[in-house]
Amino acid sequence: MTEAMTPVTGGPVAPGTRAPDFTMHSTPDQTVSLRDLRGRPVILAFYPADWSPVCGDQMALYNEILPEFQRFGAELLGISVDGVWCHLAFAQNRRLHFPLLADFEPKGAVARRYGVYREGDGTSERALFVLDADGIVRWSYVSPIGVNPGADGILRALEALATPRGRG
Amino acid sequence: MSRQRDAAVLALPVGERDHAHGPANAPVTLVEYGDFECPHCRRAYPIVKEVQNRLGPRLRFVFRNFPLTELHPHAQHAAEVAEAAGAQGRFWDMHDRLFERQFALADDNLIEYATDLGLDAARVARELAAHTYKAKVRDDFMSGVRSGVNGTPTFFINGERHDQAWDVEPLAVAVEDAARHS
Repeated sequence: MTEAMTPVTGGPVAPGTRAPDFTMHSTPDQTVSLRDLRGRPVILAFYPADWSPVCGDQMALYNEILPEFQRFGAELLGISVDGVWCHLAFAQNRRLHFPLLADFEPKGAVARRYGVYREGDGTSERALFVLDADGIVRWSYVSPIGVNPGADGILRALEALATPRGRG
Repeated sequence: MSRQRDAAVLALPVGERDHAHGPANAPVTLVEYGDFECPHCRRAYPIVKEVQNRLGPRLRFVFRNFPLTELHPHAQHAAEVAEAAGAQGRFWDMHDRLFERQFALADDNLIEYATDLGLDAARVARELAAHTYKAKVRDDFMSGVRSGVNGTPTFFINGERHDQAWDVEPLAVAVEDAARHS
């Protein structure tokens, strides 16, 4: 399947599928391309919006757990449809130590390609993808929109990646 | 590897290492993962007390530390001091004091509370300086991460994450339900 043919509807990109490539702004003058992260696991955390009004929201939680993700050599990318200036203010406010990517123009295009865009709301789902070092989706999870999924599923997926195939 | 999973469950069962209030054989165990500097946990504090009053000996309440240290600069030390108080048998007194004085959680304040509560404050100060309970707090935190804790406070009722609201009524109703079904 070519990336262009990845279905827009029909649920999240399935495990075993190559993760659709993207390039998005992480700051006003920097971009992140998925293909540049080959060689290590990547966690994609789609979330509806910056500034959700709770402590320990999903991104703040991952920020605390970052050292655990880094033990697996994994790169964490937060993705929402918020613009780059909004992300910048949010990341500074919450003291986030990982990039937030702006799926802003065309709005939600990357979320659509991953099958996790919510048409009526104009935001993405709360969706998690764990990619292996070759850029293949190995695990995904879509949380009920009001429920922050936590990090336990991500850690289990990273552990499974770290276990050589045919063993353990 | 499955794409979906069941409701989040407590990965580390309640045991000897925990601070528990209420009988060990109570039909319901309510576990809170909390942060002494988190305003939502502060709001939950009297709510949990009310639920404890309603259930009486049918409820065991357990508090585990989940300090969000990037957001709350005093949360880690507050958690360590609560553990230090626990080592002197007074965890719950310190737990209550920290939530009631959440606006003042600098190190000096923490030691002052130890003095107020009649603890060996010099020992608390030493243990804070030596980070004697840092690993315990980290173990609490990681057990929360493994259990699907997704912010503070997160509650587990008989081991299952409570994803509903935690005002008095919804929390009391959920706990009563668990009591009936246990």
